[in-house]
Amino acid sequence: MRKLLVVLAALSLSLYVFATDEEHHVSKDRELDVKEVIIGHIINDYSWHIMTTPSGEHVSIPLPVILYSERSGFHFFLSSKFHHGHSSYKGFEIAKEGPQAGRIVEIDENGKPYEGGLIDLSMTKVVIGLLVTMFFMLFVFLKAAKIASRGADKAPRGVLSFVEPLILFVRDDIAASAIGKNYNRFMPYLLTVFFFIFFTNLFGLIPIPPFGANVTGNISVTASLALVTFFITTVSGNKNYWTHIFNTPGVPWWLKMPIPLMPFVEVIGVFTKPIILAIRLFANMTAGHIVMLAFISLIFIFGAISPVVGIAVSPFSMLFAVFMILLDILVSFIQAFVFTLLSAIYFGMAIEEHH
Amino acid sequence: MEIIMPEIGVIFWTFLSFLAVFFILRKFAWKPIMNMLNERDKSIEQALNSADNARKEMQKLEEKNEVLVKEAKLERESLLKEAKETQTKIISEARESAKDEANRMIEKARKEISAEREAAFAEMKNEIVSYSVEIAEKILRKELQDKDKQKEVAEKYLNDIKKN
Repeated sequence: MRKLLVVLAALSLSLYVFATDEEHHVSKDRELDVKEVIIGHIINDYSWHIMTTPSGEHVSIPLPVILYSERSGFHFFLSSKFHHGHSSYKGFEIAKEGPQAGRIVEIDENGKPYEGGLIDLSMTKVVIGLLVTMFFMLFVFLKAAKIASRGADKAPRGVLSFVEPLILFVRDDIAASAIGKNYNRFMPYLLTVFFFIFFTNLFGLIPIPPFGANVTGNISVTASLALVTFFITTVSGNKNYWTHIFNTPGVPWWLKMPIPLMPFVEVIGVFTKPIILAIRLFANMTAGHIVMLAFISLIFIFGAISPVVGIAVSPFSMLFAVFMILLDILVSFIQAFVFTLLSAIYFGMAIEEHH
Repeated sequence: MEIIMPEIGVIFWTFLSFLAVFFILRKFAWKPIMNMLNERDKSIEQALNSADNARKEMQKLEEKNEVLVKEAKLERESLLKEAKETQTKIISEARESAKDEANRMIEKARKEISAEREAAFAEMKNEIVSYSVEIAEKILRKELQDKDKQKEVAEKYLNDIKKN
């Protein structure tokens, strides 16, 4: 554990040193734009912004940009080449406006962006946050498995004693209760998704790189997870499941026969389930981050009026922010639980036998 | 709008890393951990079952013990009764034999006493006879001390004899 932390610290430090070389001056006018600050914190970014110095210099960790363009092939470079979106590099730049605002676009000789034809696989802030959780999970659970393989008669020790109650919680209170007796085949997915969401949520609350990225508050991440649930549900669906969708029992025939009204509703239901999963997690985590940032921003809003007011407001703001963090710790667990439970319920519906 | 626009890069990396972690953990972490947990559940269940069995066995043993104790009590009672009976029998027997013995001894004593008495009587008779003879002799001697008296007596006796 300590070794891992040291490696992470060294990594971020070296990147930090690297980044300071790349720092540059931005406009001195430092008008407070709370919306931009908050949105800037919760959306994805090509570099990991750490701070802006009083003189207006951005200090950030540059992240790798990986692009595939139909016109010029693969590109691989660090995001520091964009100088925080102020310059273009190799015909790419970060769009400032339009539907692609904030994204990398390829520009032609006249500086106009091309429409499409560009696949952006950059290791953005969210991706790094994602990978941090993934490595953390690998580290924790491979270690736990090593302890577990000493045998069932030994008392749980070390990291296993921390994760074991959660694993039992997922097994007994989520999988076994929602799926039924055939829950074993879904356990690996449910455990992985539960711990992934739980750890990512918690890491999102730590404001020190490489944590603090709003990973589970990113719609692409939650949609991907929901898609996996959707895929597993669809693949494991048995005859009974599909019968329920296309020929729902207990419904008058005229709701199905000339116009397939009921099947239509049921098919929509199949697709709304993963969409709901994705949006719920995304909205909850993003909302938590927004509220917390808003409380902290209050200090600066009042500080802009007068420093004295800002200082006077700060204790209350901090009190609320601390309360929000505590609430978010709870929400982190609840959202991981809800996502996993709903996935389990969908699996349970997919494999339910006719009765 | 930007925060709800899906990003292909993030989706790609999410799938890649999630699936990689999923497959690695499924093989190397979830399998051993779940096996261990199931095994432990089984062993706990077994332990509970065996504890239950032990309790049942214990109950059975207790019941058996109770029966045994009851039996033992009954046996003790009967033994005591028997012992008492034997005791009274022995006592009465002893009493009887003691009585017999005493009677016998008394009888013997009585016989001996009567024999003794008879012997004493016989002796006494002899004594008395000898004393009488002696006394008679002494009296005679005294009576016949002077010559006149001797003559008188002799004459008397002679007279008597003559009369006859």
